[in-house]
Amino acid sequence: MSDQAEDKAVTIPAQTSGTTLTKDAAPGETLLKVTGLQKHFPIKKGLLQRQVGAVRAVDGIDFEVKAGETLGVVGESGCGKSTMGRLITRLLEPTAGKVEFEGKDITHLGVGGMRPLRRDVQMIFQDPYSSLNPRHTIGTIVSAPFKLQGVQPEGGVKKEVQRLLSVVGLNPEHYNRYPHEFSGGQRQRIGIARALALNPKLVVADEPVSALDVSIQAQVVNLLDDLQTELGLTYVIIAHDLSVVRHVSDRIAVMYLGKIMELADRDLLYKSPMHPYTKALMSAVPIPDPARKAAKSERILLKGDVPSPIAPPSGCRFHTRCWKATQICTTTEPPLKELRPGQQVACHHPENFEDQAPQDVVLLTAAKEAAELVSEQALAESAATSAAVAAEVETSETSETFETSEGTETEASETEATEAEATETDAAGAESSETEAEASEGAGSRDEEPPTKEK
Amino acid sequence: MTELSKSGAAVGEPTGTSSAPTAFLEVRDLKVHFPTDDGLVKSVDGLSFQLEKGKTLGIVGESGSGKSVTSLGIMGLHTAGQYGKRKAQISGEIWLDGTELLSADPDHVRKLRGREMAMIFQDPLSALHPYYTIGQQIVEAYRIHHPVDKKTAKRRAVEMLDRVGIPQPDKRVDNYPHEFSGGMRQRAMIAMSLVNNPELLIADEPTTALDVTVQAQILDLIRDLQKEFGSAVIIITHDLGVVAELADDLLVMYGGRCVERGPAEKVFYEPRHPYTWGLLGSMPRLDREQQERLIPVKGSPPSLINLPSGCAFNPRCPYADVPKDDVTRTVRPDLTEVGSKHWAACHMSQEQRERIWTEEIAPKL
Repeated sequence: MSDQAEDKAVTIPAQTSGTTLTKDAAPGETLLKVTGLQKHFPIKKGLLQRQVGAVRAVDGIDFEVKAGETLGVVGESGCGKSTMGRLITRLLEPTAGKVEFEGKDITHLGVGGMRPLRRDVQMIFQDPYSSLNPRHTIGTIVSAPFKLQGVQPEGGVKKEVQRLLSVVGLNPEHYNRYPHEFSGGQRQRIGIARALALNPKLVVADEPVSALDVSIQAQVVNLLDDLQTELGLTYVIIAHDLSVVRHVSDRIAVMYLGKIMELADRDLLYKSPMHPYTKALMSAVPIPDPARKAAKSERILLKGDVPSPIAPPSGCRFHTRCWKATQICTTTEPPLKELRPGQQVACHHPENFEDQAPQDVVLLTAAKEAAELVSEQALAESAATSAAVAAEVETSETSETFETSEGTETEASETEATEAEATETDAAGAESSETEAEASEGAGSRDEEPPTKEK
Repeated sequence: MTELSKSGAAVGEPTGTSSAPTAFLEVRDLKVHFPTDDGLVKSVDGLSFQLEKGKTLGIVGESGSGKSVTSLGIMGLHTAGQYGKRKAQISGEIWLDGTELLSADPDHVRKLRGREMAMIFQDPLSALHPYYTIGQQIVEAYRIHHPVDKKTAKRRAVEMLDRVGIPQPDKRVDNYPHEFSGGMRQRAMIAMSLVNNPELLIADEPTTALDVTVQAQILDLIRDLQKEFGSAVIIITHDLGVVAELADDLLVMYGGRCVERGPAEKVFYEPRHPYTWGLLGSMPRLDREQQERLIPVKGSPPSLINLPSGCAFNPRCPYADVPKDDVTRTVRPDLTEVGSKHWAACHMSQEQRERIWTEEIAPKL
């Protein structure tokens, strides 16, 4: 398979001759950068179709994807993760914010403007039954990208398609078969072959395995893994299954109601989640180990359902279901802030870390209700780890601030812009207190993206 | 299934002697076949198990392994008319609390259905009627089995909604299904199936359509309700995590047959069938260190019309050549006892399987 991968770079000349594109991003460089991205779907009512509200599916998110890495996006249904996927592939037009691909602003490009970029950004869809046209043979389906882009691969389209089919583990002789002749896992492979046809740089996979059986899931996960190593792909993988996301991702973004709650390196996130929502989400995953049956107490049960994205809760969006919620959480939205190297969190009272708003009054009503559901043991445990980690972080803090100041120099203009924006959002949160001042300070520094300075 | 009779009291009598069993629910050699234009689909082909009151049986397997067909078979829901002129062909015995259901009068089974045995379906949105309020649907289920007036029945419905954790049940009872969220609909379904205090509850993929946080709520609810009502529960799922949470016993299905059955701990810690190994290896796990690679089962699930000859799993089995004389491709393996109350259907010898599990499979998981 590996020599096939080498062929591939050669066989698609169009890849390098793309006129509008900058040069390939080297591994580790930022491939995709998203700032303040929003998508509000209008709700219209009445005869005149007046807009009466909006579903705030994605409501201001910032992140970066580096070339060669995999960003996993998790969250409950309705948190906006699929909308986010469609925004970064520009299948939807953002309401506000900016999407940059290889340094080029693609936020408001039209259909024609996006066309050359479609080669570089591809998508794999969730449902392999509805994403393949039942009246086309798989040969037609997989060769469609060549036709649409006017690419003539070396050796002809048919040969190239057959090569792609064998790359994804299908029999090339099945070229003339129809999708209904394939099983779910095989169809998903066809979808992957189609996405890979033009040798893309970024592949956005929206729930690529959730429609498949467990044994087939593993096959597809391994395939995605292999393709990444062979072709140097960059993935954004959207999924709701936390164990699958852990397996495939380098970094993970946890979304809740259109916002990123926590964005961290995989191991940090799973070993010591800092956002209470992340912690609750992970504790809810059933563990395939009957010995844990009795250990019900380890689980944090969130009450109720996700609130409506039409009218998200004020302040921190999670405060209605959070057992740590205090007064400040209901009024002030916590900024996404890098509390530990490689771990950004939007929370006033993070787990495993010093409290961001320690002097705040505990909201007894909300906290009490939720606390009943959290066993005392779990709470004591988290308090102990918090203390330990806080001590550890204090020592590393000095080096971190050094990095940040360096960043301010290089990205000065950009930081100014985001700072202005941050103060704006804070102003909206009316009652400003000392804690809030601290928060906005954090917002200023958070966008400097220290990970870029790693090298 | 004759080998089962050797293992003593815990196992039922061999098929043929249709004496009433001691277990609360006993299924013997159940076969459900569907005639189609392409051939006979053998969805369930010789399945036997037992379940006691207060216990939970987990049935796991891939799609098309016959899990749901089994549950519908127990409920007596494979009837004529459903599949056009063709009838599902059902044979075997299903004993529920001393009554054999397959040979019983349909009217009698109808009386049991909903009262003695109830079912929670996978997709609550399609299982609930969109035209009636949640309350009306629960009231209907209650009044079919209890001669009470509507007011009493509605009080009972409110009580049940309250029990399954729906806030403001007296108001919510008049809502339509579309006004409920996914998790609440599933709660309403559970309320409806429990309204008559059934002794047997079958949950067919009860949490597959739900988010993890809601799934955790529903699993807790099912566990609590089982403790409270003492019913027998069959939980059907493809998620090994879910069965590990709930099940006392586990039955692994492949190609319409049981390939491994036993106490949950045994099946998880000492699995003795290559398919169970495959399932365990396919799952990324949060409770372990990050695995480098998953170990998938190669190939795809078999067609139920043309099951592979011999062991149905042989084309996907990495150890198909271990037993001698090509026996895996010619002879269908029977369930043999591999431990206390633990059976597996594999041609490899006990020692071979033990060795492969401890040396090759377990370290990689």
